[in-house]
Amino acid sequence: MLFLNQLINGLHIGSIYALIALGYTMVYGIVKLINFAHGDIIMVGAYVSLLLITNSGLPYYLAIPITMVFCAVLGVLIERLAYKPLRSAPRISALITAIGVSMFLQNLAQLIFSATPKPYPSTVISTRSLSLGGLTVNLLTLVTLGVSIVLMFGLSAFVRFTKTGKAMRAVSEDMGASQLMGINVNNTISITFAIGSALAAIGAVLYCMAYPLVSPTMGSLPGLKAFIAAVFGGIGILPGAMIGGFVMGIAESLTKSYISSQMSDAVVYGILIIMLLVKPTGLLGKRASEKV
Amino acid sequence: MLSVENLNVYYGAIHALHDISFHVNTGEIVTLIGANGAGKTSILQSISALIPRRSGAITFDGKDLSHIPAHRLISMGLTQVPEGRRVFATMTVMENLEMGAYTRRSRTETQQDLDMVFAHFPRLKERMKQYAGTLSGGEQQMLAMGRALMSHPKLLMMDEPSMGLSPILVQEIFSIIQEINKSGTTVLLVEQNAHMALSIANRAYVLETGKIIKEGDADALLSDDDVRRAYLGN
Repeated sequence: MLFLNQLINGLHIGSIYALIALGYTMVYGIVKLINFAHGDIIMVGAYVSLLLITNSGLPYYLAIPITMVFCAVLGVLIERLAYKPLRSAPRISALITAIGVSMFLQNLAQLIFSATPKPYPSTVISTRSLSLGGLTVNLLTLVTLGVSIVLMFGLSAFVRFTKTGKAMRAVSEDMGASQLMGINVNNTISITFAIGSALAAIGAVLYCMAYPLVSPTMGSLPGLKAFIAAVFGGIGILPGAMIGGFVMGIAESLTKSYISSQMSDAVVYGILIIMLLVKPTGLLGKRASEKV
Repeated sequence: MLSVENLNVYYGAIHALHDISFHVNTGEIVTLIGANGAGKTSILQSISALIPRRSGAITFDGKDLSHIPAHRLISMGLTQVPEGRRVFATMTVMENLEMGAYTRRSRTETQQDLDMVFAHFPRLKERMKQYAGTLSGGEQQMLAMGRALMSHPKLLMMDEPSMGLSPILVQEIFSIIQEINKSGTTVLLVEQNAHMALSIANRAYVLETGKIIKEGDADALLSDDDVRRAYLGN
C-alpha cells in the first residue's frame, strides 16, 4: 500500500516535471537551445498567480489563464530580445545568454518581492482527499494528473494535426526549407516559446499547490529536474519529455520513502548519468542519420 | 517574368557573385549551367532571399523583391526546389505536400494541385503515409518537386534536380520537368549536368567563378565549342 501511495505521489510530481520538460524540449527542438530561463518562468508564474489570487482576490479559474498569458508573452519577449539576435551566432552564445536571462529574472524578482519566501494560499482541492478502496489519494494529485494528461494529449494532437503544429515540426527540421514553403519562421518560433511558457505557468500553479512557498529561486530545482527529464527522454522529442517527467517523479518519490529523502536528487541525477552512458540520445532519441 | 540585374553577393570578404544579370520570360525553361562552385546555388538562394545581397535588383512578375522576406515569395508564385531536395524527413509524404501548400487558402484548388502532383508522380501517391526520410533519392527528388508544385508556382526554380540520381531517373525527372513546363509553369533550372539541362531548355546562361560568361539559345550552346569542351566532355 505504501508502494502504491508513493507511486501515486511520484506520478503527481512527475506530471508537473513533464509539463515543464515539454517547454525545454519544444524550444530545443526548434532552435536547438537549452533555455535555462525556462525554470524561472515557473517562478514568474508562481508570483503572478500569487498576486492575482491574494492581492486581487481572483478565483483560480481566472487567475490561471491570466498567468498563462503573462508567461507566454514573457517567453516570447525573452526569445525576441535575447535569443533571436543570436540565432546565427555560435550556439554557446545563446546558451550563455539564457543563463544570463535566468539570473536577470531571479534578481528582478528579488528586487520586487524580496528574497523572503511567501506562502501560497491553500485551496479546497489541496486539502481534500478521496479514499479509493483503502488507498487515500489527495484530490490535488488527481487534479494535477488529470490536467497534465489532458494538456499533454492536447499538445501532441496540436503538433501532429494542426497546420501550425506541422509548421513547427517543419521549422525544427529545416528552417531554410520551411521558409521556402512560406512558413514564417519567426512567428513559428514565437508560438513555440508561448506554448512552452504557458505550460510552465500551469506547472507553476500546480507546483505551488503541492509545495506552497514562493521565492525568487524556486524555479531552479523544478527547472533542473524537468530539464533532466527532457534529456532523459531524448531532448527535442515530446513523448520523451513526458515519459522522462514521470520517471523522474517516480524515482524521486520512491527514493524518498525507501532510501532517504536526502538521496532523492542524487538518484535522479544518477539515473540521467546512466541513461547518458547507455544511450546518449535519451530514451526515445534517435541517432542522427540522414539519407543523402 | 523574372529579371536579375547586376546582382552582387559576398560571403564575408569573398565576392561570390559578380554583376549577375539575366532574365526568364514567361513560359520558358531557362538553365544556368556551370561547374561546382560557379555560384549557381548562390544565385537561387539570393533570389529566394535566403542569403543577403550586396547590390542589384531582382524583379519578379513586375514586383521589386528587394525588401520581401523569404517566406512571402511563395505566395507571389516564386517557388524553389532546393539543392539536396531538403524534404522534411520526419514528416510523411502527405505532410510534406501539405507544407508545400502552406500558404494556399482554397481547399478545392489545393485538392486539384494534389491530384496534378499525383498524376506527375504516381509513386508519391503509393507512398503517401510513409516518412519522407525512408524514400529513395529519386523519390525524395519527386517529393521535393511535388511539394513545390503544391504552391501552384508561376516560376519554379530547381537546384540540381539530377544530383545523385541514376541516369534513368535523371531522364525521368527531366521529362517531368518538361511536362510541368508544358502545363504552364515557367522553369529556371540550375544544373551541373549541362547536356541534360541544355537538351530541354530554351535558353541558357553559362557561369564561371561567379560571372556569366556566355548566354544564348540552348541549342546553340549545345554545339558551342567552348561549352562542349568545358562542360560536355568532348
